Amino acid sequence: MNKLMIWYGELLTQKNLIKRGALFLTPGMLWLMIFLILPGLILVLVSFAGRGSYGELVWEFSLENYSRLMGFGVFGWTPDYIVILLRSAWVAIVTTGISVLLSYPLCFFIAGKPKRTRFLWLTLVIIPFWTNMVIRTYSWFLILAPELPLAKLAAWLKIISPGMALYPSAFAVYLGMVSMFLPFVALPLFSSVERLDWTLVEAAQDLYASNFRIFMHAILPQTLPGLSVGVILTFVPAMGMFVVPDLLGGAKYMLVGNLIQQQFGASRDWAFGAAISMGLMILTLFSLYLYRKKINNTELI
Amino acid sequence: MKKLTLLINIVAYGTMAFLYLPLMAVAFFSVNNTKYGLAWKGFTLDWYLALFQNEVILTAAWNTLILAVISTLVSTVLGTALAIGLDRFPWPRKMNTTFDLVLHLPVIIPDIILAAALVVVFSFLRTFSGLFEPGLFTMIIGHITFQIAFVALVVRSRLVSIGKEVEEAARDLYATTPYLLRRVTLPLLMPGIIAGAMLAFTLSLDDFVISFFTAGPDSITLPLYIFAAVRRVVTPQIHALSTLVLFATIALVIVMERLSQKINKKNVLMEIDN
Repeated sequence: MNKLMIWYGELLTQKNLIKRGALFLTPGMLWLMIFLILPGLILVLVSFAGRGSYGELVWEFSLENYSRLMGFGVFGWTPDYIVILLRSAWVAIVTTGISVLLSYPLCFFIAGKPKRTRFLWLTLVIIPFWTNMVIRTYSWFLILAPELPLAKLAAWLKIISPGMALYPSAFAVYLGMVSMFLPFVALPLFSSVERLDWTLVEAAQDLYASNFRIFMHAILPQTLPGLSVGVILTFVPAMGMFVVPDLLGGAKYMLVGNLIQQQFGASRDWAFGAAISMGLMILTLFSLYLYRKKINNTELI
Repeated sequence: MKKLTLLINIVAYGTMAFLYLPLMAVAFFSVNNTKYGLAWKGFTLDWYLALFQNEVILTAAWNTLILAVISTLVSTVLGTALAIGLDRFPWPRKMNTTFDLVLHLPVIIPDIILAAALVVVFSFLRTFSGLFEPGLFTMIIGHITFQIAFVALVVRSRLVSIGKEVEEAARDLYATTPYLLRRVTLPLLMPGIIAGAMLAFTLSLDDFVISFFTAGPDSITLPLYIFAAVRRVVTPQIHALSTLVLFATIALVIVMERLSQKINKKNVLMEIDN
């Protein structure tokens, strides 16, 4: 421990170096311990507690919250909560998928612009990225309002009755979600598209590859780093999203985020809310794990 | 090939319209001279003028700003120290992996879970101190918690990219630790620190979920106000407020671009994954 060493050109003992390192590290790490790790662990504990009659926590260990989450209630088994959990995963997957599908053309479009305007186009993608999500969500109220063409068209096609808005509905939730997260995919993806080695694409063309194969073999592997960041930045918040389903889905299309918010708000059942959070976390981490595994496999091929 | 280019153009323009039409609608109806409905009744700036007489909105704007400034200052200092501590010292491999995981937690875990955890912890802490009553203080703590990780990630990527040669040279010339920090490391790091602080600031302004869970009755911020308002009824005044927030965001993005033109901002996003 007291042996002398050279670190960054400085001669000092290992003990002193570690001490100095701890000095830098401790404030931040301590903060994260107290307000991130510890609360997380407490939330795990709380998920095994119960609810008193005034909404307070009752500290008796039980698996009741989890069996409730699985659908076992006083009145027998219902799939309600499982449906909401799976629906959230589904919405997150679809949102990520559509965002990726729209982001590729958008990124190629921007990358093909001359340097000056490219910067401008990029800024146009960055602005929604940083605009507050409450504003971006409620702005769909206007587009989907009964007075405007979109709802009129839907009424003409007999999808909705005349004079009705297109929200709350599942359709509105998807619209809101995709418009919310598209920049989250497009921005990281663009940094990969910008650096694309076009000679590989030309080589594929010379060998008469179809457009699909060019994409799969020459473009996708090269843009995978950016794409993966985008997928993670989209999928994770999309799983826990509650503003969009709350405003655009209402009671018609509830997601797990709404369910958690309900337990911490109106229902005041923190223990159950904690158990749902655990369910959400497990589902999110499991999906990320699957994604990683799948990507690693494709890289081998 | 020509067909493909055409398709790409159509999809790209369509996507941009998809992103901007709702926001443009908000701006458009914010100058519409009618209280209800979406029929065009002429141009007015009344809704904007009314904003500045609304005490609640002015307080909310002030709260939003205070929250963002204080949390950014604290998280930038803590995050920068954390990044230096992580990158410039010979920690055992296992410890490094653990630190790395902790830093990435806010990225790989939905924010609503952090919000829920904070609600529970604050309720415990409240039994020791009245400071943890829901309010601006608890919101600041919540914001700092997710900001630290992002600041540390951004600053660390800068630390890696500036390398250690200059610091080694300074040490060879017998620079003491404070001198080295003040004259070498921090100046070299400055673009990274500024980028990290800007990121933290915008994350705070952008946040809704953490604020929603940790706010008290006296600490309404603009996003919370808009959310509560549009759940009841959407008024042109809300459109006016949202339009102003939108313009502030655009200004902030432009300042950010200017400030960090040297640092590749997209690298910031890349770094978050690594």
